[in-house]
Amino acid sequence: MKLSTKHLLGIKHLTPEDIQLILSTAEQFKEVLQRPVKKVPSLRDVTIVNLFYENSTRTRMSFELAERRLSADTLNFTASSSSAAKGETLLDTVNNILSMKVDMVVMRHSASGAPHFLAKHIPAAIVNAGDGINEHPTQALLDAFSMKEKLGRLAGLKVAIIGDIMHSRVALSNMYLLQKMGAEVTVAGPPTLIPKYISEALGVRVEYNLKKALQWCDVANVLRIQLERQNQPLFSSLREYSLAYGINRRLLDSLGKDIVIMHPGPINRGVELDSDVADGGSSIILNQVENGVAVRMAVLYLLANREN
Amino acid sequence: MLIKGLSLKERIYFYKKFVLKTILSKEQLALTIKRLAHQILENHPSLEHTVIIGLQPRGIFLSDRIVKELEKLVPTTAIQYGKLDITFYRDDVRKSLHIASNTDIPFSIENKRVILVDDVLYTGRTIRAALDALLDFGRPSKVALCVLVDRRFSRELPIQPDYLGKAIDTIYSQRVTVLWKENDDSEQVMLLDN
Repeated sequence: MKLSTKHLLGIKHLTPEDIQLILSTAEQFKEVLQRPVKKVPSLRDVTIVNLFYENSTRTRMSFELAERRLSADTLNFTASSSSAAKGETLLDTVNNILSMKVDMVVMRHSASGAPHFLAKHIPAAIVNAGDGINEHPTQALLDAFSMKEKLGRLAGLKVAIIGDIMHSRVALSNMYLLQKMGAEVTVAGPPTLIPKYISEALGVRVEYNLKKALQWCDVANVLRIQLERQNQPLFSSLREYSLAYGINRRLLDSLGKDIVIMHPGPINRGVELDSDVADGGSSIILNQVENGVAVRMAVLYLLANREN
Repeated sequence: MLIKGLSLKERIYFYKKFVLKTILSKEQLALTIKRLAHQILENHPSLEHTVIIGLQPRGIFLSDRIVKELEKLVPTTAIQYGKLDITFYRDDVRKSLHIASNTDIPFSIENKRVILVDDVLYTGRTIRAALDALLDFGRPSKVALCVLVDRRFSRELPIQPDYLGKAIDTIYSQRVTVLWKENDDSEQVMLLDN
């Protein structure tokens, strides 16, 4: 058994068996992370570069920790403090790095499709850590891992993805993954933040009323409002968004049932989530972060295999 | 040479074609496991500071049986029994993809006397990896090795068993398979020709 792909560019190209393999391997790595020595020597002959053309705290630290816990050597690249600022092209930068004998590239880029472009031109294995408004596959994998850990299954789960669906790579990867694993997905948010024809294209339900979406779901994955990706104002103010689509304790209590709250971070407190929900008992936000390391270890371990 | 996953009919065909001989029959296997349990008890009379660690995936069947025997012999003692998967510590981890099984060691092994249990000892590389994996859980006062079958003279590392079921002489192209009724319907140790 092995992955059907040489790179992890997106969930779109993975088979359900691939996803199952990554999640079950991540379970074993989660156990490794509970040991007194939280480290295994599996990738000690592998060098991995973390190429971040866009800001990130969680994802980058999580990848770096995953790499180190697999005993890989790591290199960090930040666009703002590198030759990219002097005008070097992406391909030149990567080829220069690879000539120093690097085996894998973890990349985040603001252009959708940047890792796909790279995969066509270089021999190293590529892991997409988020590309523009396209995909963020490891986030979807860790979300699925956390849901499965909390609720015991993915098949048949009802998951609502709430907020800025239009600009969210987390949303797209989650939609692909959850449906491949047999879960039902509803996207909810203001009409201006939900692409037209999304239900025809991706097979998800669309709901414009937050309370109805929450009443339907078992899990609510709440997205961050991405002000930096909005060229034109798509709602009149944060306050208005928060009134219509922000989740607070009172709203959750009025549902008459328990739902699991997730968020990929960073949270805009008081906008999409109130603090009493984000820090409350139904939130598994910090579990998501914890599971991220194990899931990324599984992805790197499976891709580093030379049989690929 | 995958036996698991074959139908009974396929297995019978498979055995006829490849089996050179039976090394241990079902009855001999049961006696050998009893003997191993007695030998362990001989050296560890109290079992208080002793832990049994079975190696995933195929060593677990043997360690399950040994622990069951020990429980029969000393019913008053709670035996500390864990399972260890060594996939991430293998020296050939990237040559081909290895799928990990569960590791479950729900106690500290610090200053304990550890008995590692596996079914077949061949090159010694699995045990080398197991020692590395084990030390990441703490510093045992002593580690001993218990195996059902020792393929003599084929070691690639200086590793020897402390508790041994049966030693046999084999060549590289042959293969030793231990079948357990929990997993393989039949129960015996066989020498196969690849």
